[in-house]
Amino acid sequence: MSIEIVVAILMTVIGASTPVLLAALGELVVEKSGVLNLGVEGMMLIGAVTGFVATVTVGSPVVGVFAGMAAAAASSLIFGYLTLSLTSNQVATGLALTIFGIGVSALVGAPFVGMTTAPLGPIFPDALAKHAILKLIFGHSPLIYISVILTALVAWFLSRTRAGLILRAVGEADHAAHSIGYSVIGVRYLAVAFGGAMAGLGGAFYSLVLTPFWAEGLTAGRGWIALALVVFSSWRPWRLFLGAYLFGGVMTLELHAKAAGLSLMPPEFLAMLPYLATIAVLVIISMRPAGAGAAAPACLGKPFRATA
Amino acid sequence: MFKISRRQLLAGAAATATVPLIGRPSLAADPLKVGFVYLGPVGDHGWTYAHEVGRQKTVEVFGDKIKTTFVENVAEGPDSERVIRQLAQAGNKLIFTTSFGYMDPTIKVARQFPDVMFEHATGFKQADNVSSYNLRFYEGRAVCGTIAAHMSKTGVAGYIASFPIPEVVMGINAFALAARKVNPDFQTRVLWVSTWYDPPKEAAAASALIDQGCDVLAQHTDSPAALQACEQRGLYAFGQASDMSAFAPTAHLTAIKNNWDAYYVDRVKAVLEGTWKSGDTWWGFPQNALEMTPYNDAIPADVQAAADAIKNGIADGSHNPFTGPIKDRDGQERIAAGAVANDGDLHGMDWYVEGVVG
Repeated sequence: MSIEIVVAILMTVIGASTPVLLAALGELVVEKSGVLNLGVEGMMLIGAVTGFVATVTVGSPVVGVFAGMAAAAASSLIFGYLTLSLTSNQVATGLALTIFGIGVSALVGAPFVGMTTAPLGPIFPDALAKHAILKLIFGHSPLIYISVILTALVAWFLSRTRAGLILRAVGEADHAAHSIGYSVIGVRYLAVAFGGAMAGLGGAFYSLVLTPFWAEGLTAGRGWIALALVVFSSWRPWRLFLGAYLFGGVMTLELHAKAAGLSLMPPEFLAMLPYLATIAVLVIISMRPAGAGAAAPACLGKPFRATA
Repeated sequence: MFKISRRQLLAGAAATATVPLIGRPSLAADPLKVGFVYLGPVGDHGWTYAHEVGRQKTVEVFGDKIKTTFVENVAEGPDSERVIRQLAQAGNKLIFTTSFGYMDPTIKVARQFPDVMFEHATGFKQADNVSSYNLRFYEGRAVCGTIAAHMSKTGVAGYIASFPIPEVVMGINAFALAARKVNPDFQTRVLWVSTWYDPPKEAAAASALIDQGCDVLAQHTDSPAALQACEQRGLYAFGQASDMSAFAPTAHLTAIKNNWDAYYVDRVKAVLEGTWKSGDTWWGFPQNALEMTPYNDAIPADVQAAADAIKNGIADGSHNPFTGPIKDRDGQERIAAGAVANDGDLHGMDWYVEGVVG
């Protein structure tokens, strides 16, 4: 296998992994704050359609990316209002958000079906990415570099900053955090909005970088993979990074193997793999003694009502 | 992966919203009421769009002699049964149900409305008042195969395929057979993606095929993602179901276009004249039910002529893409020298011709 092919495969892996990583990073922060938002798929679609529509209308993919993030964040705030302020059930509301996102994105995008736009391509000049190895470093869309930077930032934020500590406290012991004066609901609103913006960024990656067009259901279920990866990573950002690339790698390699005439495994098995891995991780977590770490945030999915 | 639930949810909502619109009394003297049931939105630029164009052209032909109604976004299964029954109750005398999954609901409703005539697309069940109809998409695939073999430098085409059902298999075989007529060593590398619609996966599959040396891509999946991948890599590809050249102006060679109006006009006429009979109709180039979209200028004139020769040969009956001798890729003879595949052979096709890899 020549170096060009290896690089081409790796480029595909990076493209397949990045949007899932972006959406999952957002959901990780949301879950760390104690909120379970199952609306990732819907928010990704809202981000994808808004990003595309804004790019076609305004002509700037940068505006498109920010519009996609803003729209998805706005939709997550609807979820936030229902679950945090009105304490509705998070699972049901999250699923409703996904269904809402599927429908509203189809509605908004309908007049834009059949159009295309120039993809948000590499930021470095082509001359820098001539050689295969250099292409692997310099040949990417800016969103790919941003996804790596954001992984590092989220890891640093959660483990090294005071604000990150407060967010984790809210997710692990909401009443304790409340009793020493932190605004549980306020922190969770911020986390939910961040999760929405990240899902929107992941969605916009599809409609602006990977497959620059809009069609109903463009993300084809990647939001659910992102949700599964958060559990798979046991809520750790770098493990999540690894998981996203594992997912992208397996998906891409399987296609390459089949194109080369080999069959690694049945495609149906491959489709269940991320969820099987998630179940396996859940089993491992529950087998560990309490306090060994790597467990779900203690308040995950529980509504919070201030009592005093 | 989540396509089914998405469709059901969406289509359920859409169908519910549309139902009150059906069944308003007609104002004209006594126009024939014709109903259409669509799987997707009419603006999908693909399958449903082609049927909607067929309906509009039929209206143009018959003017106020007919009155048409369509319901879009109808999920296959129980939802469709309700919609079909609504259309029948609203006085439609001829109802076209345009997706495979409407087959059993159509048959079921037809039993309750013996004086209404039903037409079901792409299925295989008929009744006294239910006809089935389909198009010979593989005829267009033979034209694509001819072009692919001329345009390819590596002698390998990639083919992104959904599921190994006869419809898809006969398309692959027609493509590969036509390509081998041009270049006897031509290879058609098939990559099964197990989905009709998953843009990110289709894009990744296109990259995988390109990295394996394919320099022309065909597809039997629905999104333009593979075309865009070819556009970015400077290679060629064929559109699917409609002209997709807007997505990839340089890469898009041509596409097979479905002209359902040829059949719709014929059937409406039969009902108006009282000659409608149940049957199984399978049309293609000879009836102008299939068409190739305008060729890319990058295709040299002699290649365009070769492609047109195949198309015209099929249209006038002098050429059949499945003319023997045809061996499968294990070397076993499937169609004898001089014979042609009959419709039964095509409906049950589960083998691949020589030159198909993967």
